[in-house]
Amino acid sequence: MNIATLKNCPPLLSRPRHILPGFKLSLGFTITYLSLIVLFPLSMLVWKATSGGWEHMFATLTQARVISSLKLSFGTAFAAALVNGVFGLLTAWALERYSFPGRRLLDAMVDLPFALPTAVAGIALVTLYAPNGWIGAWLAQHDIKAAYAPLGITIALTFVGFPFVVRTLQPVIADLSMDVEEAAACLGANRWQTLSRIVFPALLPSLLAGMTLAFGRAVGEYGSVVFISGNLPFKTEIAPLLITMRLEEYDYSGAATIGVVMLAASFTILVLSNLLANWSRKRTGR
Amino acid sequence: MAAIIDIAPAHSSRPRKATSDSLFSRVLIIGTAVGFMGLMFVLPLVVIFQEAFRKGWEGFIEAFDDRATMHAIWLTLKVAAITVPLNTLFGLAAAWCVSRFQFRGKRFLTSLIELPLWVSPVIAGMVYVLLFGAQGLFGPALKEHGIKIIFALPGIVLSTIFVTFTFVARILAPQMEAQGQAEEEAAMTLGANGFQMFWRVTLPKIKWGLLYGIILCNARSMGEFGAVSVVSGHIRNKTNTVPLHIEVLYNEYQFVPAFAVASMLALLALVTLILKTLTTTRRGAA
Repeated sequence: MNIATLKNCPPLLSRPRHILPGFKLSLGFTITYLSLIVLFPLSMLVWKATSGGWEHMFATLTQARVISSLKLSFGTAFAAALVNGVFGLLTAWALERYSFPGRRLLDAMVDLPFALPTAVAGIALVTLYAPNGWIGAWLAQHDIKAAYAPLGITIALTFVGFPFVVRTLQPVIADLSMDVEEAAACLGANRWQTLSRIVFPALLPSLLAGMTLAFGRAVGEYGSVVFISGNLPFKTEIAPLLITMRLEEYDYSGAATIGVVMLAASFTILVLSNLLANWSRKRTGR
Repeated sequence: MAAIIDIAPAHSSRPRKATSDSLFSRVLIIGTAVGFMGLMFVLPLVVIFQEAFRKGWEGFIEAFDDRATMHAIWLTLKVAAITVPLNTLFGLAAAWCVSRFQFRGKRFLTSLIELPLWVSPVIAGMVYVLLFGAQGLFGPALKEHGIKIIFALPGIVLSTIFVTFTFVARILAPQMEAQGQAEEEAAMTLGANGFQMFWRVTLPKIKWGLLYGIILCNARSMGEFGAVSVVSGHIRNKTNTVPLHIEVLYNEYQFVPAFAVASMLALLALVTLILKTLTTTRRGAA
């Protein structure tokens, strides 16, 4: 068989997909449900925010209280993402590379923040970190204020974001090919050089992707924060809490405007994490 | 054979593989991971149960001998009973069309399905207030017909559906992708109809993933706080779900009842984690 006839053969690798039923039904249902529950309601948010005109939006966003709440939300979420980056990387490495007693238990516990209701986490954390709590009392002796301060908010946001870093990194660490590390060792690199120059660059995109997701989850977090934050305007009032206050005052367009800023952040995070996933695939060749 | 044995290393201690870390760094990394998770995850859990049983079993049981608490539990069960089947149906449809067919805009659709996970729960509640609230888009029309959505069960259900929208689809889609579609194609070729194929082939293949998806969706819908807090109006004996009731109890300094109720949700979270671990190996794909 020459090349010309081969070209005329139907491609062997692309299997015909029309055998399976339900494409129109499942896609139709998915898009309808998605539009009704998520997309249409979210578009309302944008509509409501812009209905008062750009000046009104600008006026809302330049209020000192709004600015300080957005700064606090984004700042503490960023700090929490950094903490999670460090401890998430170490935990994911330990879970994938080492075997030790209790490894499976630890692995299962990583998902706790997914499963534990945020309000339950919130009252547990404030009880721990309040000045009379187990950890709070110890911190108070060293003049550190955790509960009702930005530090407490950061602790709560670290709690909710942790699984995203670990769960993003784990499959990548498991898929790392050991050959490269062996080659580096054969070529005379010590373990630290191998880890910092070979392993870490391969993990970096996924680490950043995981931290982005943790940041994204943390920025909008409400339940686990409101108990520990103290909710003082200009000091410990996070943006989602300010939204609820504005709604209670029936200032819908004000609430929607803050909401649109946070929604824009969500979209950015979604795009960014996709780009990072692509970069990771390129780096690790998968 | 004898020659080969002679070549075996003379010293009994195995040389460390080039891809493993020294004992010191292993202990350090495992210790950091265990310490971090003990502090962040285990300690809050211990506090919840410790506070719940501060007054012993009697105090614990007394906490549930309360009309408002029982009403909140009943309401939460109702919300979950509506939310979970709807999102399961959606998750099945979405996972089927995403994992079995190639179409334009598939990645965009996948991103949109993930979007609710990154939207602040407060925004998830707010969008329905903007739609159905007294001053919302459909507010006047609903009032005319005497239909109450906000500060009532439908609003709570809608916002809970929004928040738990992604879970079943997100767990099923990668699993179905990894399992492939050869069996389904065989069933169809052998003359099964769509329903037979789904019931006899697909469902048995995905049952463990589906089970975990349903359980996670259920845990999240019973525990949702931020979104429900915005739409419920906190009317005791009417629209207070369990997490909202925990907040009320906590803010009234009724710590033992608050933690007793919270411990039930924490138990639910632990059961969810255990079931996740048990189903992981059977699900095949992570």
